[in-house]
Amino acid sequence: MRRLRWLVPYLFLLPGGVWLLVFFAIPMVTMLSVSLQEGSLGAGYALTFNFGIYPEVIERWSTQFLRSIQYGFIVTVLALAIGYPMAYTIAFRGGRYKNILLLLVILPFFTSYLIRTISWKFILADNGFVLGTLKEIGLLDAGFRLLATPVAVISGITYNFLPFVVLPLYVALEKIDPRLIEAATDLYASRLQAFLRVTLPLSLPGVFAGSLLSFIPAVGDFINAELLGSRNTTMIGNVVQRLFLTNNDFPQAAAISFLLMGGILVGIYFYARALGNEELTR
Amino acid sequence: MAGLTRAERPPAPAPRKAWTSRAGSWILPIFTGLAVLYLFLPIAVMIAFGFNDPAGRFNFTWQGFTLHNYATIFRFPQLTEALINSLIVATISTVVATTLGTLIGLALTRYDFRGRGPLNLLVFVPVATPEIVLGAALLAFYVSVGLARGLSTVIIAHIMFNISFVVITIRARLTGFDRRLEEAAMDLGANEWATFRKVTFPLIFPGVLAAALLAFALSIDDFVITLFTAGQATTFPLWVYGVSRFGVPPQVNVMGTIIFAIALVFIGLQIWMQRRAIVSAAPTRTDR
Repeated sequence: MRRLRWLVPYLFLLPGGVWLLVFFAIPMVTMLSVSLQEGSLGAGYALTFNFGIYPEVIERWSTQFLRSIQYGFIVTVLALAIGYPMAYTIAFRGGRYKNILLLLVILPFFTSYLIRTISWKFILADNGFVLGTLKEIGLLDAGFRLLATPVAVISGITYNFLPFVVLPLYVALEKIDPRLIEAATDLYASRLQAFLRVTLPLSLPGVFAGSLLSFIPAVGDFINAELLGSRNTTMIGNVVQRLFLTNNDFPQAAAISFLLMGGILVGIYFYARALGNEELTR
Repeated sequence: MAGLTRAERPPAPAPRKAWTSRAGSWILPIFTGLAVLYLFLPIAVMIAFGFNDPAGRFNFTWQGFTLHNYATIFRFPQLTEALINSLIVATISTVVATTLGTLIGLALTRYDFRGRGPLNLLVFVPVATPEIVLGAALLAFYVSVGLARGLSTVIIAHIMFNISFVVITIRARLTGFDRRLEEAAMDLGANEWATFRKVTFPLIFPGVLAAALLAFALSIDDFVITLFTAGQATTFPLWVYGVSRFGVPPQVNVMGTIIFAIALVFIGLQIWMQRRAIVSAAPTRTDR
């Protein structure tokens, strides 16, 4: 019995590991193989190692690829700009209200993602209670609109992923020993210097995690672009959805998905190296 | 020198006040308050319009207060069915993923074994993958192996993405787990099973509960992966998506509000249990 003890961790790992292998790793390989096939859903597909599809989809959907990256970038910067002061306040000024404030930050997760986005559609509507009222009192031009603009899509995505940025930032900031900041001010650092030289560098792991947690889902999002946007805000996620579920063009859709995933993993790697977060690149 | 200058200064006040500027002392809380309001705004709209009495199909303008929607919450049989489907998927996927994920979490934190690297990759890459890619890959997989899509394929998918989140949650709670407690139990004559039941499991239970709650919440709200894997089956988010183009009936708001209220109760319970666990485990740490 004792000799078989080394088997115990493997027994623990087996069911979950096999599940992830069969329903995550193998589907990824399947998708790669589908992207290299030619044919149609009706006539069947044949694996022809059609690598040419990759440059083809990049060229055909470059607008949507670039727009997704651009939106993802703007969303991440906005979410950090809003989320950092929030996390900072909760961590250093929250006192005994810390837990309640954190609960308020994750409150949106308790309602459906779709219902929240539909709510935004309603709030931003051309003649809804916000814009309609502003137009009535003459603060806005009658033709002014937010819905179906990039502003609506970007703010919708920012809204959805803001809590994902606040939480890791909070965790990183909360861990900082206040005595370090005290030491900096004792050594005649101004408050700004103390922040820039002590607090900010120590919170970088939180910035790292938070920006990944907003950038990755933002780049792949399609709900906001679909519900709040127009034809001019189509993102790569909308393309994948349409090709897969409406046009049944599996090879193209698979190639785009694979590029998206590969791009993100490569991006994470370089971003992790740039921020010097060795733990994540190991 | 540092000692000298320190001595010249007035005694240091409470550290927080020392480095918080006077302007910052009210700008930051106000900013945070506004941001929290921003986070709550769509939820408030959802709750409010559950009490609306819409004239036609569209629940977009305020017509008047009514409780009618609460009385007719099950007015749309398909919506009710979709909600039941969501509950089935969330329950099964939570139970299975929490079990499998907890086992992986235990293995990762309590044992040394070969093959940690590949396992970490297998657990963490799904989290770093956009949902749409996960959904698309599963769809490609189901189609190529000829698996008919329905509720069962949705459940398989939900278990898959939930395992990773469970492992991450459990691992966060389990680092720093004191193995000496188990050794002590064994020294006192408990066998492995008794040790697990009486020592290990009670210690990891708050983590398991937190992971299960997270898994349930992720599953019941999942839209993207479900859209790709559901085929003809509907879940609550899929039904809402389907009608969102024509106008969402207020009953959806009512269901959203009730789910929100139930989630609040659960999270309240969990915080209460956690607080109790911390108080009983380490009285000196209650202020953290």
